[in-house]
Amino acid sequence: MNGYSELDRFLQTDPRDVGCAQAMEMLHVYVELVTAGEPAEQRYPGVAAHLQACGPCGEDFDGLLAALRDEAP
Amino acid sequence: MLLGTMATVNPVADQVPAAADRLDAESAEWLGALASGGRRQEEALSRLHEMLLRIAQRECHRRGPRLRITGPELDDLAYQAAADALVAVTRKLGQFRGESRFTTWAYKFVIFEVSDKIGRHFWRNPGVPLDAEDWERLPDRFGFEPAREAEGRDLLAALRRAVDTELSPRQRQVFVAIVVNAVPLDALVIELGSNRGAIYKTLFDARRKLRATLAANGYMDQDTAGHS
Repeated sequence: MNGYSELDRFLQTDPRDVGCAQAMEMLHVYVELVTAGEPAEQRYPGVAAHLQACGPCGEDFDGLLAALRDEAP
Repeated sequence: MLLGTMATVNPVADQVPAAADRLDAESAEWLGALASGGRRQEEALSRLHEMLLRIAQRECHRRGPRLRITGPELDDLAYQAAADALVAVTRKLGQFRGESRFTTWAYKFVIFEVSDKIGRHFWRNPGVPLDAEDWERLPDRFGFEPAREAEGRDLLAALRRAVDTELSPRQRQVFVAIVVNAVPLDALVIELGSNRGAIYKTLFDARRKLRATLAANGYMDQDTAGHS
């Protein structure tokens, strides 16, 4: 990815983005859908849009997903 | 307010099932034990702390290499995160609605605490004062190649002009800290005494304004994200 496309991607804002508070409120539900192979992005497009755009919330999602996968029997 | 508009477009809260009657057996056992009092409660708290600590340690080690935090410092951070998460979980027990397993819900809090502790840790050795403006590093931040420097220079000069002329003082402060100086968002939250949602919203609005300005001046296409 070159500089232009990286800046282009960074400046894109998705109107479906629900923001940090709602994404964090739903994170445990969203992660369980993902681990169950359910279409989490289709069910919660605003959360998906947020997790893609917000580095810290995306990091929390990755961490919770890793935790669930590590703890799986 | 834009996020208010977004929430109306996608009302997440309305999609949450009222699920208190759908608790799985293990979650019901956790809730019962944690609310029971006496020895059963103590044992449940001890077991929960053990689980939260395990998750915190793994999460700290997952993130650690990117953060230049190692050894005892990383372990301390995990212990603090687990202890604070246990407090958060027990305080918010009445808010658990059973939309997920109890443990998934509880793990969420320890992940949040790890983020918070890492954000605080940043300021022990920030490497850059908050009021510095290191614009020279902006090409690197976005991966502009030296071979295409001239092309990037015009675009980044236009971006900088837009930052100076289009953003509010608060938007400019947040943009410069996060984008120009590479201060992590969670660290900026601590420094400004704010919260993640407010800082993200400020940056979201700044990104939208900057893109509109660059598009109006022919440097970029109009924003098409989420409109497909």
